[in-house]
Amino acid sequence: MSRSIKKGPFVQLALLGKVQAMNGRNEKRVVKTWSRASTILPEFVGHTFAVHNGNKFVPVYVTENMVGHKLGEFAPTRLFRGHSGKLVADKKAKAE
Amino acid sequence: MARIAGVDLPREKRVEIGLTYIFGIGRPTSNRILSETGVSPDTRVRDLSDSEVARLRQFIERSLRVEGALRTEVAMNIKRLMDIGSYRGIRHRRGLPVRGQRTHTNARTKKGPRRAIAGKKKVTKK
Repeated sequence: MSRSIKKGPFVQLALLGKVQAMNGRNEKRVVKTWSRASTILPEFVGHTFAVHNGNKFVPVYVTENMVGHKLGEFAPTRLFRGHSGKLVADKKAKAE
Repeated sequence: MARIAGVDLPREKRVEIGLTYIFGIGRPTSNRILSETGVSPDTRVRDLSDSEVARLRQFIERSLRVEGALRTEVAMNIKRLMDIGSYRGIRHRRGLPVRGQRTHTNARTKKGPRRAIAGKKKVTKK
């Protein structure tokens, strides 16, 4: 179910404050954030966020198309290195 | 022959069902079209009068996005997700399920037929 319109989009208040302050001073700085659940607002366009993926911060440059999505959608939390099998085993043998 | 939105409707079926052969029209939309144009859902497609066909065609052209236009819209939506590099876009790119389903087993609709993995030992029954 989607979020009630009455409440408006969810954005971490501290994050929103930082962006607004930056917009007011017309500066661009990378903002570190753990708030993957924050919705991207039109005010965020043009800024770069360092979004935590559980391990490190992934730089996300926000474009107009991203408005309405959540920051976490752009910082994948899983790293798929491929399956085991002959190909991988061969590579390992070569490396040794 | 009733041809609406570039699709031939099956002649032997009731219009209510016949309209659903158009991409973008299902049963609810079909019923809405029929009630708004005042055509009985029980008439067979072959028994539709010319004016009824014209009314249906006009209504669909005016107020619905069907067939090619709808397909393009869907494709554009998916392309947007891929372009912005979102998680859903990446899943589309890799041909994996997009909405969080398991992929350990199943997900064959999206992944297609099984591919043999090189070097994997086969378990054989005795």
